[in-house]
Amino acid sequence: MSDKTSLEQRLEQRGVSRRSFLKFCALMGATLAAPVAISPTVAGALGMHAAALPAINAAPEVLTEKIITALSTAAFRPPLVWLEFQGCTGDSESLLRSGKPTIAEILLEILSVNYHETLMVPSGKLATKSLTDTINNYAGKYLVVVEGSIPTGLNGFYCAVGGRSAQSIVREATSKAAATIAVGSCSASGGLAAAAPNPTGAVGVPQAVPGIKNFVSLPGCPMNVTNLAALIVYYLTNRALPPLDSQSRPTFAYGRLVHDECHRRPHFEDGEFAVDWSDPHVAQSWCLLKLGCRGPETRANCPTVKWNDGTNWPVGAGHPCIGCTGRSFWDAELPFYVPLPI
Amino acid sequence: MPKEFLPVVGKNTTFISPLPAPPPPQPTPRPGVKRIAIDPITRIEGHLRIELTIQNGRVTDAWSTGPQFRGIEAILKGRDPRDAWLFAERVCGVCTTVHAIASVRAVEDALGIVAPDNARLLRNLLEGAQFVQDHVIHFYHLHALDWVDLTAALSADPAATSRLAKAISDWPNSSTAYFTGVKNRLATFAASGQLGLFANAYWGHPAYKLPPEASLLAVTHYLEALDWQREIGKMHAILGGKSPHPQTYLVGGMASPVDPKGVDGINLDRIAQLKTLAAKALDFVMRVYMPDLMMVASYYPEWTQVGGGPGNFLSFGDFPMNGSGSPSALWMQSGAVFDKNLGSAQPLDQNLVKEYVAHSWYSYAEGDGAGKHPGSGTTDVNYTGPQQDYSDKFLDTNGKYSWLKAPRYNERVMEVGPLARMVVAYASGHKRVRDLVNDLLASLGVAAPALFSTLGRVGARGVETQLVAEQIGSWINQLEQNMKTGKLEIHNKTKWDPSTWPAQATGWGATEAPRGALGHWVSIKNGKIDNYQMVVPSTWNGSPRDARGQRGAWEQALIGTPIADPEKPVEVLRTIHSFDPCMSCAVHLFDTTGREITKVSILEP
Repeated sequence: MSDKTSLEQRLEQRGVSRRSFLKFCALMGATLAAPVAISPTVAGALGMHAAALPAINAAPEVLTEKIITALSTAAFRPPLVWLEFQGCTGDSESLLRSGKPTIAEILLEILSVNYHETLMVPSGKLATKSLTDTINNYAGKYLVVVEGSIPTGLNGFYCAVGGRSAQSIVREATSKAAATIAVGSCSASGGLAAAAPNPTGAVGVPQAVPGIKNFVSLPGCPMNVTNLAALIVYYLTNRALPPLDSQSRPTFAYGRLVHDECHRRPHFEDGEFAVDWSDPHVAQSWCLLKLGCRGPETRANCPTVKWNDGTNWPVGAGHPCIGCTGRSFWDAELPFYVPLPI
Repeated sequence: MPKEFLPVVGKNTTFISPLPAPPPPQPTPRPGVKRIAIDPITRIEGHLRIELTIQNGRVTDAWSTGPQFRGIEAILKGRDPRDAWLFAERVCGVCTTVHAIASVRAVEDALGIVAPDNARLLRNLLEGAQFVQDHVIHFYHLHALDWVDLTAALSADPAATSRLAKAISDWPNSSTAYFTGVKNRLATFAASGQLGLFANAYWGHPAYKLPPEASLLAVTHYLEALDWQREIGKMHAILGGKSPHPQTYLVGGMASPVDPKGVDGINLDRIAQLKTLAAKALDFVMRVYMPDLMMVASYYPEWTQVGGGPGNFLSFGDFPMNGSGSPSALWMQSGAVFDKNLGSAQPLDQNLVKEYVAHSWYSYAEGDGAGKHPGSGTTDVNYTGPQQDYSDKFLDTNGKYSWLKAPRYNERVMEVGPLARMVVAYASGHKRVRDLVNDLLASLGVAAPALFSTLGRVGARGVETQLVAEQIGSWINQLEQNMKTGKLEIHNKTKWDPSTWPAQATGWGATEAPRGALGHWVSIKNGKIDNYQMVVPSTWNGSPRDARGQRGAWEQALIGTPIADPEKPVEVLRTIHSFDPCMSCAVHLFDTTGREITKVSILEP
């Protein structure tokens, strides 16, 4: 690529070198590379477009080149609206921790985030206008991200924004979206508010919007922003969603068990388990199964991508995995400090 | 495979509603008085609605509504108290960690467990890092654009901006070329026509007073702070595995091992990383945040006379210096100050806390006039609000109008948060706080009464951030010293096993979250949670009226606010944001008896 593309020019203005931009693209390529090549038959069964296959099965280097091309030539930044309902804003905070790309790059250069209540400037009716303008003016072209569960009790009025129920807003916003991404366990399948006995009738996006199309789920408590960033880059590059499992989770992030990627696994194999919280072997990578680890039944990529630009992850800090990407984990995985019967 | 099931909603779950509510009665218009609703309030955590009456260009009355409820009260009943912190932490992801610490403290108080010294230090470090990161994010990303006109930055002269930057700080990113780059980045963004978060805003509003160069400087630092907060978040990842929602708290201590030779957990490499990040945090606070705060404040002197709240301040205190559990061990002092009396702080008595529901969507068996201490109260949902679209209507603010309860202290309306903590510390004679506060007042050329205002809250938040950022290094040093002298204990396991617990126990866990005083009350019976209750900072600050009709803290603070254009209420946002609302926290979450709340029918949509 001998010509300076518009994105490269913008990056140069900010002192971001081509080298670090390429490193970012390579990281995205590596994160997104499918664990196994997908055959057309499997693709059909998964409901994927055959046209997306070559991209998905491409080697990381080819993906990197595609990503560079997609990001460099985009003059129109795809609009995105971020909706929050019954939540804790943890997924938005996770978004703020994005390092590759940075949150500033996402907001200024990669997407047009038109609505996000935590960050946007206007309040009240002018804020609502940003949402409705996007829905009406960019029908079929905008992304919806949903954080937090949607209550069905009180005709949906356990959560009202601008005088409208969460249920009403999410149905309208997703009906004209190019794709909808549920970030965090609450929007994926109800999360904390839906834990038994679910006093407000809280549900996730798929239950709140039956028949929703082009839906991706990124559960976790909160979601790991590395996966959201990779998903967005994938979508911008391929204009398609990546391979998803039966819970609409991208296989690149949720395809493998934590247990299978965990650095403490060799000690599990050797029968070396930490026995209590004061055990000096916790610091020597012994397995945390007996302290309650849910790694053997949890699908997530925390052991490989880790958290906060690869700084650490809970098992690395010394606390077991709590299985937070699982559907209804607040009921399925707790009481937590009772070990799995393995 | 784990048990998997979707939330229980449908034919087998019946929620019996009160009779379907008619639309709320609308207020009778009075001549010269305009009523508006601002919903959603943005640049806060969670959901908030504010209704106002305006007359002669000023706010004459205000009503604060939390329009979202999660109903976690029944959820914790019957669960293992050792799990409670995991649930509680998810009350809020902005002030992540604060509910986790309050929860383990409550259970430790109930069971009589003292966590080891290293756990105390790890907890102080997590809280300290949270304070510093949270307050700086608040200033730049939640509050600044109430004071800074982004479009003014587009007409700034980069060379003049450089001179301004160098005049107020020796922070190195200050060259003309640097500011030219930022300006060009903003110009490219603006020229794209896709203004995103900055569209439909209040640019050009007469209330903006910052000249273009100061605006460009502030916007530049808004962008730098976005990068900085990501880095500082790594302290939580080192200490607790990840940010948000660090995963390391335990009843009895912490899970992160401290071992100089450890592979996992906190080893000497991690200590070095923590020191680097703590230094980076303090540096940004001293050379970017505080100079910017002073600069912005200097352009808005009149905001020391707007936004004063009830003048009563409450702090539960925090950052214990030892494991004694005594109030005197708290580095950040507890206490109460009434009627703006900076000369006298009362010792804290948590038994004086009561919650009222007269104007909240709950009912008490004893009637709406009753106020109940959190340890012995009851809560039944009693939603009398709209169940249809009310975007063009007002709430029935003569009746119940919020999911927030009204906490009161000795029947007084209290303010909590950085200003409250600085006032309590000042009144308690804390020397460093007095010096910092007096310096702040002197720099702005104002006297002590200026503290009781919108700008006073902003300044107090800055002073507090500096205070905490200065202290983090000493906690790291203490932890390192313990590690190097072989003191590696992180968990007191003597009462980990439920078989060691009494049949019944109650406890109280308190912390100072960045936004203010936070308390958890727990009752444990036969090894399970029987009752769990929380009273949360933004409940204090954002409460509706109580049974006496006393307005909540920011309901009072808004009265008298000038408002040039009701469609663009930036002045109102300045005061609301000065409290740093956290509304997912604020909504009352727990039924103290753990009873199933009033059942509500799902009206099929």
